[in-house]
Amino acid sequence: MEKYVIEQGVVAPLDRANVDTDQIIPKQFLKSIKRTGFGPNLFDEWRYLDEGEPGQDNSRRPLNQDFVLNDARYQGANILLTRRNFGCGSSREHAPWALEDYGFRTIIAPSFADIFFNNCFKNGMLPIVLDEAVIDELFRDVKSVEGYQLTIDLAKQLVIRPNGETVSFEVDEFRKHCLLNGLDDIGLTLQHADDIRGYEAKRSSQEPWVFDAH
Amino acid sequence: MAGKTLYDKLWDSHLVKQREDGSALIYIDRQIIHEVTSPQAFEGLRIAGRQPWRTNANVATIDHNVPTTPFKSAADIEDATSRIQVQTLQDNTREFGITEFGIGDARQGIVHVMAPEQGAVVPGMTVVCGDSHTSTNGALACLAHGIGTSEVEHVLATQCLVAKKMKNMLVHVEGELGAGVTAKDVVLHIIGVIGTAGGTGYAMEFGGSAIRSLSMEGRMTVCNMSIEAGARAGMVAADEKTIEYVKGRPFAPKGDDWEKAAAYWKTLTSDADAVFDQVVEISAAEIQPQVSWGTSPEMVVAIDATLPDPDAETDPVRKSGMQRAYEYMALKPGMKVSDIHVDRVFIGSCTNSRIEDLRAAADVAKGKKKADSVKQVLVVPGSGLVKLQAEKEGLDKIFIEAGFEWREPGCSMCLAMNPDKLQAGEHCASTSNRNFEGRQGNGGRTHLVSPAMAAAAAVAGHFVDVRTWQA
Ligand code: SF4
Repeated sequence: MEKYVIEQGVVAPLDRANVDTDQIIPKQFLKSIKRTGFGPNLFDEWRYLDEGEPGQDNSRRPLNQDFVLNDARYQGANILLTRRNFGCGSSREHAPWALEDYGFRTIIAPSFADIFFNNCFKNGMLPIVLDEAVIDELFRDVKSVEGYQLTIDLAKQLVIRPNGETVSFEVDEFRKHCLLNGLDDIGLTLQHADDIRGYEAKRSSQEPWVFDAH
Repeated sequence: MAGKTLYDKLWDSHLVKQREDGSALIYIDRQIIHEVTSPQAFEGLRIAGRQPWRTNANVATIDHNVPTTPFKSAADIEDATSRIQVQTLQDNTREFGITEFGIGDARQGIVHVMAPEQGAVVPGMTVVCGDSHTSTNGALACLAHGIGTSEVEHVLATQCLVAKKMKNMLVHVEGELGAGVTAKDVVLHIIGVIGTAGGTGYAMEFGGSAIRSLSMEGRMTVCNMSIEAGARAGMVAADEKTIEYVKGRPFAPKGDDWEKAAAYWKTLTSDADAVFDQVVEISAAEIQPQVSWGTSPEMVVAIDATLPDPDAETDPVRKSGMQRAYEYMALKPGMKVSDIHVDRVFIGSCTNSRIEDLRAAADVAKGKKKADSVKQVLVVPGSGLVKLQAEKEGLDKIFIEAGFEWREPGCSMCLAMNPDKLQAGEHCASTSNRNFEGRQGNGGRTHLVSPAMAAAAAVAGHFVDVRTWQA
């Protein structure tokens, strides 16, 4: 996994609450058995005017010019600013895969759905929760200043605004450690293999049926 | 010291290691696998040269992609990408020695219907699946929740999850449910009250006399939609009904183990002095048959209500969400719910495709015909075994005589990954769980209802109150 240390870039404002994973990546694209290639279909139903199907040449599809990601000023954005309960709905990891494949490594919102939030970290992405009032300000700034950029310093847990002002954010210690070092958490868990075996031995004497073969 | 909640007990009994950084390793007893969220996990295992930690902890089936018209092999699946996923699951489960209920197996079905039906989920377990509606299984006093594909791989490789303890919420539904009010109405009502993010960060236990009075199927319907209230895990304490439900199922403990298990399961309740971080009190008598009108499950009203006015909403974010939903749904504030006409009806999904749901729908449809204005009524049983049982009871004939279509098991029009879809602009009375934009087909408009309400809408051509309606 690629390390996440300091990220800087253009912010794209997606001014909607309750953006669900069906919107982030519609179901017809979940049929892929790969982890990559979902970026062109990120927000497919909002981004294009026609109905998207897997395997299309997306560069030839009619764009919905009213959708924020099609606005010239947000091209190349790598930070997504959005509203509460982002990523609700299905557990599909294709949602963070699509965001990441498009280029977003950071998502800032007042709140996230639990499973989506968790899935982000597994893919080297950082979801940042900020106060609703701060989010309102950021929306105002992003919309009024063309090319508005933010810097995220994960080690210091700071969002740094262009004028140097900072806003701090919370992040779980373990997840921060994994992101900063680009660690695969399966490897980390397997360092506890003896604990897992010990647990199994104890538990299988108490609830043997859980371990029955079928 | 205060007592423990059911969730506390399940957490404590599965804690492998509490790490200094606040994260914990939690042991996973059962993983359920389907074709959509597993290919990348198996691929990851192969790339890293890893083997499943405990093969028999896993059980797999196909559901999301499968056609609901008869087919004999993967080669009969027309859509190439669906075919590849179904085939890939078969290849992966064979390679790693995992049990799969595949094509042609009567046990095949929607993951969350198949697992309890097989007894693959029993009280006291931790259960995961790469699917957010895994919460369904919490009806059996389990800690059950959805995970992403990286975690599917993590559980395959280590039998553990890296987790952080959630907070405890109790949704207490007390009193008697009125006639015609079902488990689906209870959970839609709860979501209407607490909102789609109301349970975020919580493990949600459903309790109270109204919940205890529900059948196991009904409890599954309620737990199924806890994720629509933001809670990854929903659960109901074990009681005699729970134990009776599990008894004799293929994977259930047998002989001496059975006695021991049943005795232990009786302890899987929240202690009387347990403290919840939040308690939501709901009066059962107030719950009426529900219909969702918008594009989020919290946009729900009682059948005899009128659609809400966004101008009365003070929160600007909610208000704009409502306005957008009205536009998408082509509905107007102040409209009567019974004036919403339906173009298609879908009876199925892991929320409402068990035998009891089909009986409820058949009760309404019996001796009646679908309205001419309704283009299609799909009835999709949750598993091959549900289908066989329904046929034994003659429910299939009732549906067919009413002009409904009787299909093969799968997720079907719940998420429209197979050929069962809405056309743009169509309104659908659906017993599924999500009314998101485009969920049932690009541009489709979903109204979430109970099986009885869906069948009645199919006959009437618009929503009606099952409590008073005469066809
Ligand atoms: S029936 Fe619908 S909600 Fe349930 S598992 Fe299938 S797609 Fe998901």
